[in-house]
Amino acid sequence: MNPRTIAIHPGNRRKTIYLITLFVITLTGFAQMPIFKRYYIADIPGLGWLDEFYVTHYLHYLAAAVLLAVVFDRIAEYLLMFRKRYRITVSGRIRAVLLFGLLLTGALMVIKNFPGYWFSQPAIIAMDFLHIAMTVFYLSVALWALISGKKWIEEI
Amino acid sequence: MQTVISRRQFFKKGALAAAAIAVSNVPQVLASDRETDRQLATLIDVSRCIGCEACVDACKESNEAKFPRPVKPFPEMVPARVKVEDWSEKKDVRDRLTPYNWLFIQRAVVQTDDGEKEITLPRRCMHCVNPPCVKLCPWGAAIQQKNGISRMDPDLCLGGAKCKNVCPWKIPQRQTGAGLYLDILPSLAGNGVMNKCDRCYDRIAEGGIPACIEACPEQVQTIGPRREILRQAHELASSMNGFIYGETENGGTNTIYVSPVPFETLNQAIDKGQGKPGLKKVKDEMSEANTLAAALVIAPIAGLASAISRYYKTMKKHASGDPS
Repeated sequence: MNPRTIAIHPGNRRKTIYLITLFVITLTGFAQMPIFKRYYIADIPGLGWLDEFYVTHYLHYLAAAVLLAVVFDRIAEYLLMFRKRYRITVSGRIRAVLLFGLLLTGALMVIKNFPGYWFSQPAIIAMDFLHIAMTVFYLSVALWALISGKKWIEEI
Repeated sequence: MQTVISRRQFFKKGALAAAAIAVSNVPQVLASDRETDRQLATLIDVSRCIGCEACVDACKESNEAKFPRPVKPFPEMVPARVKVEDWSEKKDVRDRLTPYNWLFIQRAVVQTDDGEKEITLPRRCMHCVNPPCVKLCPWGAAIQQKNGISRMDPDLCLGGAKCKNVCPWKIPQRQTGAGLYLDILPSLAGNGVMNKCDRCYDRIAEGGIPACIEACPEQVQTIGPRREILRQAHELASSMNGFIYGETENGGTNTIYVSPVPFETLNQAIDKGQGKPGLKKVKDEMSEANTLAAALVIAPIAGLASAISRYYKTMKKHASGDPS
């Protein structure tokens, strides 16, 4: 039996980690805009940290690290174990492209935040807007996939 | 073909991860050297300042065209907790930072060996080497130029004041009723334009020097490449047995103060508060997240290692005939 065709079901644990990470990274991402205090969300007991920009910035990085680990885990898993029996669906491809764009713009913004890395203002504006736009698109497609039962991969 | 991951290969991956951590710190070190060469800094010799405020006048006059021109009446803010910040009727205020006063003279009365003495020093944006106001602005409305000047883009700024919030000295000042937010959702998002010293970037672009430096009758300030300014600052501090502020604050700034009086003493003696920055020691606010960025390098490796490990275990189980 070809080892690449052995289906291993990772269970719900990684899906839970993925969903929690997606929630945290979205929340802390939107917290980079000064809106949570203005609109009383940071006034809700326990959510005061949403108005602490350095805290949300740090948590955003932390969530990004978890998301990266999950994404690379899934990519390697697919290539090693599922590639021969499963193919990536259309919705999976759309999500993959958006996720790649999100991670790429995020990575560029992380580099920008180091001392000594200079980006022009138009480049920074483009990164900011692409990052936000791709977040919105990704979440929209993910929601649509969830509602309509679209999977990332399907049996060949 | 069956792939077998040996223990040796796992060790190799571990070493790769460790190398990734080490490598992730290298850019910071290299960057520091690059910045020292590229960025312009100012040296402020506090011992020479007589508090005449010629620099304040020069700043106001030189930057008058850049000051905000708010449209009144201001849009009704929603929710009502969002406060209007209007300095347009108080343009003459000069004892603190405002949208119309980007530089002020801070005064401290301290005890010295020669008795009681008044120390005065010009205060404005520190122009951090790695400015949080620029790096954390969600719209790219704050700009850092290659020469180290950080400034606000009045055409793009929405006045959310995040730059002020993340600034260790709370330098940027907001004027309601001006800027892009008026054309988008004036009641629901934004609240004006942030303003601060732009170190006369336009004058520097034309080969000049900032107005405050040019106008000073006592040559309190000097401008030059950061490396050279730091060298001068240390020389000056040694000659007067003095103290330096701004070299390491917030990871390093491009405004270097040299004073005969310790900055802890000055910090206790100055009037601090809104628009009146302190002189306390400031840690590098961006460093914690930047250190965490190492995790972003390791994370993909960890993800790959996790999948490969699972694959290896599965293959092992399969080879031993365990179907579970």
